[in-house]
Amino acid sequence: MSSAAVTTPARLGWPRWAAPVGVAVAFVAAYLLFRGTGTLPHDKEAPQFLAVTELREWIDDHRNDNPLFLYFLNYIRLFVGGLYEAFETALYALGWPGVTGVMGALAWLAGGWRIALLAVGGVSAFGVLGLWESSVDTLALVGVAVLLSLAIGVPVGVWAGLSSRVRRAITPVLDVMQIMPTFAYLAPLALFFHIGAPAGAIATMIYSIPPAIRITALAVSQVSPTAVEASASLGATRWQTLFKVRLPLARPTMALAINQTIMMALSMVVIASLISAPGLGGDIIRGLSRAQVGIMLPAGVAIVIMAVVLDRMMMAVARRDPHARPRRLDLLTAGALAAAGLALIPVLPKVWPESLTVSLVAEVNDAVRWAEDNWFTVTAWIKDTTSHLLLNPLESLLTSAPWWLVALAVLAVAWRVSGPRPALTALACLLAIALLGVWEHTMQTMTTVAVAVLVTLAVGLLLGVAAARSPRYSALQRPLLDAAQTMPAFVYLLPALALFETTRFTAIFASIIYAVPPVVRLVEDGIRAVPATVVEAAVSAGSTPGQLLWKVQLPMARRAILLAVNQGIVMTLAMVVVGGLVGAGALGYDVVAGFSQRTDFGMGFVAGVATVLLGVMLDRITQGADRRPSPRKRKFT
Amino acid sequence: MKIRLLAGLLVAGLTAVGCGGATVDGATGASAPAAGSSASASGSAGTVKIAINPWVGYEASANVVAYLLEKELGYTVELPEIKEQLAWEGFETGDVDVIIENWGHPDLKKQFIDEKKVAQVAGSTGNKGVIGWYIPKWMADKHPDITDYKNLNKYASLFKTSESGDKGQLLFGDPSYVSNEEALIKNLKLNYKVVVGGSEAALIKGAQQAQEQKKPLLFYFWDPHWLFSKTDLVRVKLPAYTEGCDADPKKVACDYPEMDLDKIVSTKFAQTGGKAYELVKNFNWTNEDQNAVADDMTNNGMTGEEAAKKWVEANPAKWQAWIPQ
Repeated sequence: MSSAAVTTPARLGWPRWAAPVGVAVAFVAAYLLFRGTGTLPHDKEAPQFLAVTELREWIDDHRNDNPLFLYFLNYIRLFVGGLYEAFETALYALGWPGVTGVMGALAWLAGGWRIALLAVGGVSAFGVLGLWESSVDTLALVGVAVLLSLAIGVPVGVWAGLSSRVRRAITPVLDVMQIMPTFAYLAPLALFFHIGAPAGAIATMIYSIPPAIRITALAVSQVSPTAVEASASLGATRWQTLFKVRLPLARPTMALAINQTIMMALSMVVIASLISAPGLGGDIIRGLSRAQVGIMLPAGVAIVIMAVVLDRMMMAVARRDPHARPRRLDLLTAGALAAAGLALIPVLPKVWPESLTVSLVAEVNDAVRWAEDNWFTVTAWIKDTTSHLLLNPLESLLTSAPWWLVALAVLAVAWRVSGPRPALTALACLLAIALLGVWEHTMQTMTTVAVAVLVTLAVGLLLGVAAARSPRYSALQRPLLDAAQTMPAFVYLLPALALFETTRFTAIFASIIYAVPPVVRLVEDGIRAVPATVVEAAVSAGSTPGQLLWKVQLPMARRAILLAVNQGIVMTLAMVVVGGLVGAGALGYDVVAGFSQRTDFGMGFVAGVATVLLGVMLDRITQGADRRPSPRKRKFT
Repeated sequence: MKIRLLAGLLVAGLTAVGCGGATVDGATGASAPAAGSSASASGSAGTVKIAINPWVGYEASANVVAYLLEKELGYTVELPEIKEQLAWEGFETGDVDVIIENWGHPDLKKQFIDEKKVAQVAGSTGNKGVIGWYIPKWMADKHPDITDYKNLNKYASLFKTSESGDKGQLLFGDPSYVSNEEALIKNLKLNYKVVVGGSEAALIKGAQQAQEQKKPLLFYFWDPHWLFSKTDLVRVKLPAYTEGCDADPKKVACDYPEMDLDKIVSTKFAQTGGKAYELVKNFNWTNEDQNAVADDMTNNGMTGEEAAKKWVEANPAKWQAWIPQ
């Protein structure tokens, strides 16, 4: 951390590197001098934790007699629960023939026969994988969450699109919401809404609302001002302009908003099963607690399929010409599909017939066992070497350094990279973490994040540069990146777990494969954006390809690369925290333990808050690229 | 007249709702997840939700009871994956009807049975459970004095791993398991660190590798478990358990007691569960029975249902005594 440091303008007679090196030396000297003092070791019984645990006990005792709960929170819970029930009952009543038919019809309307085929195939795959009921539960949960997100998010987004004051007010809130690792949402929700499907739906909704607001606002504000003016000069009222001009013109982008909302909901809905929400997440947790990839894989595949089907449907809607009406033939076919599905409901069994399912549990488990046995020496070597050479030394450095030294280092780095205001925010976050009593675990999590980010950036730069230089390779890589970005974060734990068992390294590996795609994409786009004239000038001046890359393209793509670093860090943190489920320890494990042991609830809750603070801190440190788009709008960056 | 009556009813209803507010209890939640599935299995006697805790012995018991409920009494059974302590909360929200194997939890019993009255004990499972610290047998052969906790510090360096730093590693299982490990290490002044393997499977795999490849391992484990009949393990002696020595979780410095494992059901299920409740209450078998089913599920590639079927077919006399008349 302390190697990059503050530079003061180079004075005459001093080489430019003198100041940073001097500061670095000062930090090293301070560390050697004060090592072991001013550390903040972890205490499971810290008063901060106990206070939250007590609060929870109190809420549990008064859930049914405190007016706030009786007349407000419990009604929300009941309402969301009722909505979920309605969705679930409807989907179960449709049975698999009905659901398949209706999905097929909707997909046909959205994008013609290809998408319809994809939808029918995808929905059938849930049954074939033997996961019909879990999939329907997940679909219902996603449905509720997305519906509520849009019901709240679209009006707020429209308002923000029309008024720049509103936009300025909500942007920082949305920023924090999007940096927040998924895990951090769960504890407060369990506190206020108890456990089960309603709490899961609310958690998912909160998580998926930011893109709905953000992209809607973007869509509305982007509508061409001439069209708005034309309608106003023709005497349309504000509402007429909104409903007849702005919204229809914003439709393609709005479809993207819905798409992103669905994707976010899908990645959260799995994690919500930690607070006993039903669905595919339960199967993944089941596999995790049996350490059987064979149980998790089908559930992971089902989620990916769900994501791909819904993604393609919404993208097809977004791409369609906003003025075209659906053709009669399409309407007829879609109607026929839906009718066929509905007509088959009484004929076919409602539950997917068992004879048509393919169980791959044993095969997958065998394959994983084979890989474990045969690759064990290699994977164990990678894991142990990284742990001994990188993780453990860095961790003991961060945990044995005095807290004020770490704080100073953070301040210095953030000031240098991003300027004074972000630096002060970062410092405030770090001090808050210290006050919360989770300093040591935060340092451990930061270690894991640092190592993962280093590898992510190395891989990302390499692949990004390669793609920027060879269009053919880029064309090969794009669809892979697309697919990787549609997948919910959780799915990446599977291969990691299969290869590295439950250790910190598993989380690192998973976060690398999670964060590499957007980094690759940003780097590639950044290098491509370097003006052709500049490249040509450099080439005609006689630079070699190597010089062109190092002296021209990379420096000019600096902003894109900084952005890639920023996003890589935020995404890595989110994944490392989820890695608490597979042995990453520290903050992520505290959150998991908080849900598993009632006496640790306070610790889990506080750890959740600390991950948010850590996220904001890391984000501010690397905010160098000034107008930083949110990490999850990655498709549009 | 009629209108006035209706209006009166409406007002009465509204005030009732208004004054009462909304509470979180079984009545509101219970019907929720059941609605879809009970509709799908028409003619079902009802739906029973047995929480699944993450160890195979528990699953064995749950699957045998589920099998009998479905095949003998015609119930629909749901087996949601809900961990120990959350399952108790599930009694309150209606997400859980039955915990089929409960390991002690006196604090939860006090809170949910005595105070909130949303759950009650439905008798013993017949299983005797005991948790402890174990090492592979080769270590006990090589270092005979290692089985006394007083000597653990002497051997701490043997148990070092990449995850435990400069301390010895004590491998733990699922984060939700009953655990005094942190307190024991602190109060017995042991130079060890708890490393969470995350699952029962991680413990089993670690134990098997340790014995086969003669690798050192100290780990948390429990009986009844099929592993004891396959791999030689030796228990490390902690200070003997005395009544009440584990009363304060922070001050525990003694071994785990032998527990009489019992069944917990929601009060609502006890009152309205009918024959299903009777069956759950009557369910009672031995550690050997459970180990046989658990072994089939883990090592013989059977699903829970298949393993339960095999046991049920082989032991008719035992389970017929559980079926209510």
